[in-house]
Amino acid sequence: MKIKQISVFLENKKGRLYEALNVLAQAEINIRALSIADTSDFGILRMIVNNPEKAKEALEGAGFTTKITNVLAVGVKDKPGGLAEVLKILYEGDINVEYVYAFVEKSGEEALVVLRTNNLDKTIDLLQQKGVKLLDSKTVESL
Amino acid sequence: MFWNKEIETLPKEKLKELQLERLKKVVKYAYEHVSYYRKKFEEAGLKPEDIKTLEDIRFIPFTSKADLREVYPFGMFAVPLSEIVEIHSSSGTTGKPVVIGYTKEDIEVWKEVMARSLTMIGVTKDDIIQVAYGYGLFTGGLGFHYGALAIGATIVPTSAGNTRRQIELMRDFGTTVLACTPSYALYLAEYAQDEMGIDPRTLKLRVGSFGAEMWTEEMRKEIERRFGIKAYNVYGLTEIIGPGVAHECPAQEGLHIWEDHFYAEIIDPETGEPLPEGERGELVLTTLTKKGVPMLRFRTRDITAFVSRTCPCGRTFIRIERIRGRTDDMIKVRGVMLFPYQIEKAILEVQGIEPHYQIILTRPHYLDEIEVQIEMSKEVFSDEVRKIEELRRKIEKRIEETVGIRVKVTLVEPKSLPRSEGKAKRVIDKRGLS
Ligand SMILES: [Zn+2]
Repeated sequence: MKIKQISVFLENKKGRLYEALNVLAQAEINIRALSIADTSDFGILRMIVNNPEKAKEALEGAGFTTKITNVLAVGVKDKPGGLAEVLKILYEGDINVEYVYAFVEKSGEEALVVLRTNNLDKTIDLLQQKGVKLLDSKTVESL
Repeated sequence: MFWNKEIETLPKEKLKELQLERLKKVVKYAYEHVSYYRKKFEEAGLKPEDIKTLEDIRFIPFTSKADLREVYPFGMFAVPLSEIVEIHSSSGTTGKPVVIGYTKEDIEVWKEVMARSLTMIGVTKDDIIQVAYGYGLFTGGLGFHYGALAIGATIVPTSAGNTRRQIELMRDFGTTVLACTPSYALYLAEYAQDEMGIDPRTLKLRVGSFGAEMWTEEMRKEIERRFGIKAYNVYGLTEIIGPGVAHECPAQEGLHIWEDHFYAEIIDPETGEPLPEGERGELVLTTLTKKGVPMLRFRTRDITAFVSRTCPCGRTFIRIERIRGRTDDMIKVRGVMLFPYQIEKAILEVQGIEPHYQIILTRPHYLDEIEVQIEMSKEVFSDEVRKIEELRRKIEKRIEETVGIRVKVTLVEPKSLPRSEGKAKRVIDKRGLS
C-alpha cells in the first residue's frame, strides 16, 4: 500500500524549482502530486510521479540531491471535514503526521492526499480497519 | 637522561644572559657578513648596537621564506663557500628552493641539539636506531644521523622507502629506536601486520622520534598502541638547522626549544606583534650561534604557543605546543584564530561523511561573521525539514564547541561550491570588501 515519493533538495535560489521541473519535463515524467516545504535557506520539493526511478535518475544526472521515501496515498471524501476525519483516526491512534499534501487529480468522488507519518505500517492497519481507501502504486502511477 | 645537563638545566636568568650575549653577537655578525641583513637594517634605520636587551629583538625586521628565495642560491651565506662543509635545501612547490649552508661549527651545533633530543627520550650508545627519514638535500636523515653519531648509537641509515626491507631490518637487527615521519610510522605498522604477518609489537622497538609533518595526539596514541612504544615529537626546519630545533621530553607535553642556540618568539601573524605567553600565534626563530647562514627572526609560518609551566623533567628550556597549523591556512575571526580543518572535522563528526564546504567571512555590522556552506549529500538528505534543520543545528553546535565561535551553517546544493583544480577553495574572505 506504500507508494514511492521523490524529494529534491533545493536551495532558495531563483530558478531552481523551474530547473528541477524542467528536468522532469525533459524526461517526460508526469507529476501527480507536488508540495514544497521551505525554510529561509532551503526547500524540499516532494513529488509523486508516474516513474520515480526514472525521475531520480534524471534529477541526479542534473546534479540534484534526491531521496525516495515511502508515503501513503489516501482517498478522502471530497467534502468539508473529509481530511479531518482521517487525521482524527491517526491522532486517536497516537500517530504523528510528518506532512500531508494533495494530489492534482481526483479519483472518482474522492480527493487524494499524500500522507507521511512516523509509523507507516501502523497507519496502514488503522486506516484499513476504519475503511479508509489507500491507493497502491499501480493505481497512482496510472492516474 | 641529559646529554648536557649543565646547559639543559641552566637557571632561567643565566639562560637569558647567554641568549642576550649571543643575540648581540649574531646580529653584528649577520650585519657585517650578509648584505641582505645590512640592507634590511639600513631600511629600518637600525644598527646592531641598538639591540641592547632581548626585547629589542622586535626592532629587527622579519625574514621570510620569500626573502630567502630571492637571494638564491648563496645570497644568505655569511662565509665564503670554502668554509661551507654541507649544503641542504628545501624545495617549495613554487619558486626557487631555499639553500642553507653549514660550516663545520654549524654541524657541531646540529650534532649537539640532536644528541640532546635523542638522549632526552632515553637513546644511548646501546641503542640501534633506524633512520627512515630521507637522506639527501632534505635535512631529516642527516640530522638524526649526526645526533645518533654523537651519542654513539648504532645507526641503520635506511633512509625513506622500501617498506618491506625496513621491517625486515627492524626485525633482524633488533632496531630499538625508529625515526621517520609519523604517517610513515603508521604505514610501517600496517604493512608489517597486513603484508608480512608481523605483529609490530613483537619488534624490539622502544621509542620513536617523529616529525617533519603535522600530526595529532590521536596519531601519537595510534603509533604507540600499534608498536608498543613511546612516540615523541621532533620539530625543526631547514632554514634554521633541520630537525633538532625542539624536541619533546618524556613528559610529552610540548617540545623543549634548545634556546641556547635558537631564540623563539610567538607573534600575531597579522600584526607581527609579540603575543602574551600562552597565546597561539606564529613561531619566529632566530639562530643564536649559526655561522654559515645566520637567521634573524625567521617566520616559520607554524602556529603554536609557549607552554609556560615548569617541566617535570627538570629542563629550564621553554616548551612549545605541538604545531597546530600553518599561517597560510589560518583564519582570524573576532580575534580568534581558527583553521578550516577544525571546521571540516566538526562537520565530519556530525554527518559521518567528508563534507564539501566553504567558509565565508563577512563583516556586516563591524563584527565578523562566519557562514559555513555545506553541500547537501544523498547520505544526509531527508524529505523532512525538521530532520535537515536538526542536522544543520547539530553541525553549528559542534563547530562552535570546536572553534569557540558561533557560526551560521547553510546547506547548499551539491557541486554548487566552486572547485579549483579539483581542490575546493575553502575560505572566501569578504570582510575587506564590505
Ligand atoms: Zn621536559
